[in-house]
Amino acid sequence: MAVRALGWLAALALAAGVATAFGYAPREAVQGNVQRIMYLHVPAVLTAYLAFGLVFLGSVGYLLTRRPGWDRLALAAAEPGVIFTGITIASGSIWGKPTWGTWWTWDARLTSTAVLFLVYVGYLLLRGMIDEPDRRARVAAVVGILGTANIPIVHFSVKWWRALHQPATILGPEPSPIAAPIAVTLLVNWLAFTLLLLYLVAKRTEIARLEDLHAG
Amino acid sequence: MSAYMRRAWIVVWKDMLSERRSKESLNALVFFSILLLFVFQFALGPERARVETALPGLLWLGFILAGLLAFGRTFLVERENDCWEGLVLSPGDKSAIYLGKLAGNVLLMAVVEAVLLLLFTVFFGLDFTGVLPALCLVLALGTLGLAAVGTLFGAITAQLRARELLFPVLLLPAVVPILLGSVSATQSVILGQPLAVAAAWLKLLAAADLVYLVVGVLTFEFVLEG
Repeated sequence: MAVRALGWLAALALAAGVATAFGYAPREAVQGNVQRIMYLHVPAVLTAYLAFGLVFLGSVGYLLTRRPGWDRLALAAAEPGVIFTGITIASGSIWGKPTWGTWWTWDARLTSTAVLFLVYVGYLLLRGMIDEPDRRARVAAVVGILGTANIPIVHFSVKWWRALHQPATILGPEPSPIAAPIAVTLLVNWLAFTLLLLYLVAKRTEIARLEDLHAG
Repeated sequence: MSAYMRRAWIVVWKDMLSERRSKESLNALVFFSILLLFVFQFALGPERARVETALPGLLWLGFILAGLLAFGRTFLVERENDCWEGLVLSPGDKSAIYLGKLAGNVLLMAVVEAVLLLLFTVFFGLDFTGVLPALCLVLALGTLGLAAVGTLFGAITAQLRARELLFPVLLLPAVVPILLGSVSATQSVILGQPLAVAAAWLKLLAAADLVYLVVGVLTFEFVLEG
């Protein structure tokens, strides 16, 4: 019941997010309507990081307690995490074409997001290849923990890699300080995405529980 | 602590002994390195300048490819004759086994790296003698990071059906920082710059090594359970 209510709340918030992104937020002076992709792009990446944080939490929780519930949390967070990272990369790419003139560039943030995406796709592939629930949970937890511990290292290495080779960044200047309507729209959409993630995680955890019940 | 180190050493000694008698990994790896040299040469064409520009990347590409083969095999020998159960039943902290296997992998990679460097010197007419101490430091830091993740993931994938496929898929994105750091530091060292220029990268490599080692030591016993 609580999960269903969360789902409706997420749906309402998403509708409000779309309404503010197209109705309330002003047309950006330099970039035009393309800038509105930001209302999808930024909440998606923030939500993805939250999801990977939950994977870490679930992984550590499982290794400490050996309760299958923690493993279900890790699985339930990893799947939407990968999806949201994918949305981040795809929406950034669509924004980059008209703004930077290219679909892809080996910019620091693009590259580290792509690496993050690959790490967790590997995590899900690994999960898919092990049948015994106990072993799958243990091994996946180890990969999940290493993956999260690696995020800051990947971040800095990629940042320095770009900084050392190409000091002049090709990133266009961001509109800063952000105008209030833009900030409000971002906030609404970020809230909506977070609610959506929580709903997906809750639902997926429940499905995983039923699957385990059915299998064992 | 000394018993702990002794247990780690026993694992190294056991693996070195069986490697010395079977010569299974090392021979194939050295031959593989020679083949890599040909592949690089054919991919880049005969111009020497091109090879020199790409040299740091080529070196680490070679080490990573050799490492993919070597690390993936770390725990395969333990699957025969119920050796895995023996490891699980062995007394004391299981992370000693991890450190032993890790040390074995680092030793194996050190031989492969020495051979690859020698081959590059001979076939491409390069001279590393002046920068050798600095280069060894970069190689040691990079190899330790690669092997720390590789040994842990090798234990994870040893029991899987599609291990040859999954091992690189897991390992390659995880060692991106090591690859970036090692290639950049190697570049700077080969150009003859003082070590201070590459200091940021060396620190990053050391930090990454430390994080991977800590995660490996803390989580290995869960992997070993089979």
